[in-house]
Amino acid sequence: MESSLAFFYVFAAVAVVSTLLVIAQPNPIYSVLLLITSFMALAGLYVLLDAPFVAVTQIIVYAGAIMVLFLFVVMLLNVAQEETVSEAEAASAGASSGAARGFGALLAIAMALELIWALNRSRGIGTAASVAGVTRQSWSVADIGRTLFTNYAFAFEATSVLILVAMIGSITLAGRHLAEKKPWRR
Amino acid sequence: MPSATLIAQLGILGFVFFMLLNSAAVMVYVERKVAAKIQQRMGPTLVGPYGMLQPLADIIKLVMKEDLRPKAADAILFAAAPMIAATAAFSAFAVVPFGASTTFWGLLPEPIPLQIADINVAVLFVFAITSMGVYGIVLAGWSSNSKYSLLGALRSSAQMISYELSYGMALASVLLLAGSLSLRDIVNAQAGTWLGFIPRWFVFLQPVSFFIFMTAGVAETNRAPFDFPEAEQELVAGYHTEYSSMSFAMFFMAEYINMVTVSAVATDLFLGGWHGPFLPESLGWIWFLLKVSAILFFYVWMRWTLPRYRYDQLMKFGWKVLLPIAVANMLLTAAGVLYFGV
Repeated sequence: MESSLAFFYVFAAVAVVSTLLVIAQPNPIYSVLLLITSFMALAGLYVLLDAPFVAVTQIIVYAGAIMVLFLFVVMLLNVAQEETVSEAEAASAGASSGAARGFGALLAIAMALELIWALNRSRGIGTAASVAGVTRQSWSVADIGRTLFTNYAFAFEATSVLILVAMIGSITLAGRHLAEKKPWRR
Repeated sequence: MPSATLIAQLGILGFVFFMLLNSAAVMVYVERKVAAKIQQRMGPTLVGPYGMLQPLADIIKLVMKEDLRPKAADAILFAAAPMIAATAAFSAFAVVPFGASTTFWGLLPEPIPLQIADINVAVLFVFAITSMGVYGIVLAGWSSNSKYSLLGALRSSAQMISYELSYGMALASVLLLAGSLSLRDIVNAQAGTWLGFIPRWFVFLQPVSFFIFMTAGVAETNRAPFDFPEAEQELVAGYHTEYSSMSFAMFFMAEYINMVTVSAVATDLFLGGWHGPFLPESLGWIWFLLKVSAILFFYVWMRWTLPRYRYDQLMKFGWKVLLPIAVANMLLTAAGVLYFGV
């Protein structure tokens, strides 16, 4: 028990410090690497919670696949240092109409309320063991799959649609840009 | 006083580390000798009998060399990149079983598995750690601040990311058959024979998967005919152009260890691991060693026989041929498992 507590503090400290450094230091490449470090520390925490499948998936999906793309973009654009935009420049950039700011603030408040609600709610539910109605020992891959495709099928499908929308959205945005520049592409 | 089991487990850990270190040296020798035979040369002959001490001479040469760093390189990442590559290569082998359980001639109270850690998501673990190896290469390319390195790194990561999908699909078909993510369970599912003489290896049930796995494995380890990251004629030496001395040796070692790991995982997944005729289960590790060596020899053979593909051919092959085949194969396997209830 003591050793797992020690591991918890190590992983938690690494996660917190590296996540803070992601935004605290100016070099974007280092930010990406620190974010990977943070994901690895989170994976360690999942192992301590007896969820090796989640831990490994975290590494494969976030640390492995998504962050490689991040690194690619940062490397290809070759952003040397973060450029700090001054308040006046930001104001003149156009995204500062009163309505837009008001909408942004509203979204932020809604998100904060949602977070508080979710945290309060999860306290009522209790430990992770009772969430899906299966005991903690039986969190095998098969159980996760079965739970995901029965009890949580709707949330699962909704998430996939959300990701699909994001993909189509990014293609549309990039495609419009291309069409403007190179009309022959249409 | 630590228990005998703990000492034995630490012994296995040290043994695997030592063997992986040496495998790089042995593979260098084998590579040079086989290449020489294929090209009708002699290969190394001067250092030791049949030139067998040549790798040792190579290591001494590398250690004695000056460790250079380009002035414009990013100091921290330039030093970290080879370490990331080597660490990822070593850690992936941690979950690969290489023999049946043993008590070491009765020295231990209960048998322990010949493997560092038997975790229940072993296959995914190997997959995750191998994908971490990309960072070593990408960072090496970027931090060197050289165009050849950067191009090599970009090619390498694009190739690894593209082929990882087919690799994963090939794995999934085997997992469907075995019904487990633990490599030990998968090997044990291949024990015994059909009709008394055909071993129940998954390679006979999943020849397509095996082909995809091996092809993707070659691409993952950046070996010929898919060795674009280090295509000498175009990129000098690819991502490790600016590296010298031991930091270069670490990349070199990582590449060979990755080959060994891919071969060992292929042996466990498709060739029945340590199961084989004639030998008792306690000597199964000999079978394992033979099978891994055979696959490694195949790798070397392929490198010196096939010419390099063109880069666009590689990408086209990965996305338009290999991936559809892998997906179709996985769907068919899933349907088969559902129908026959294997």
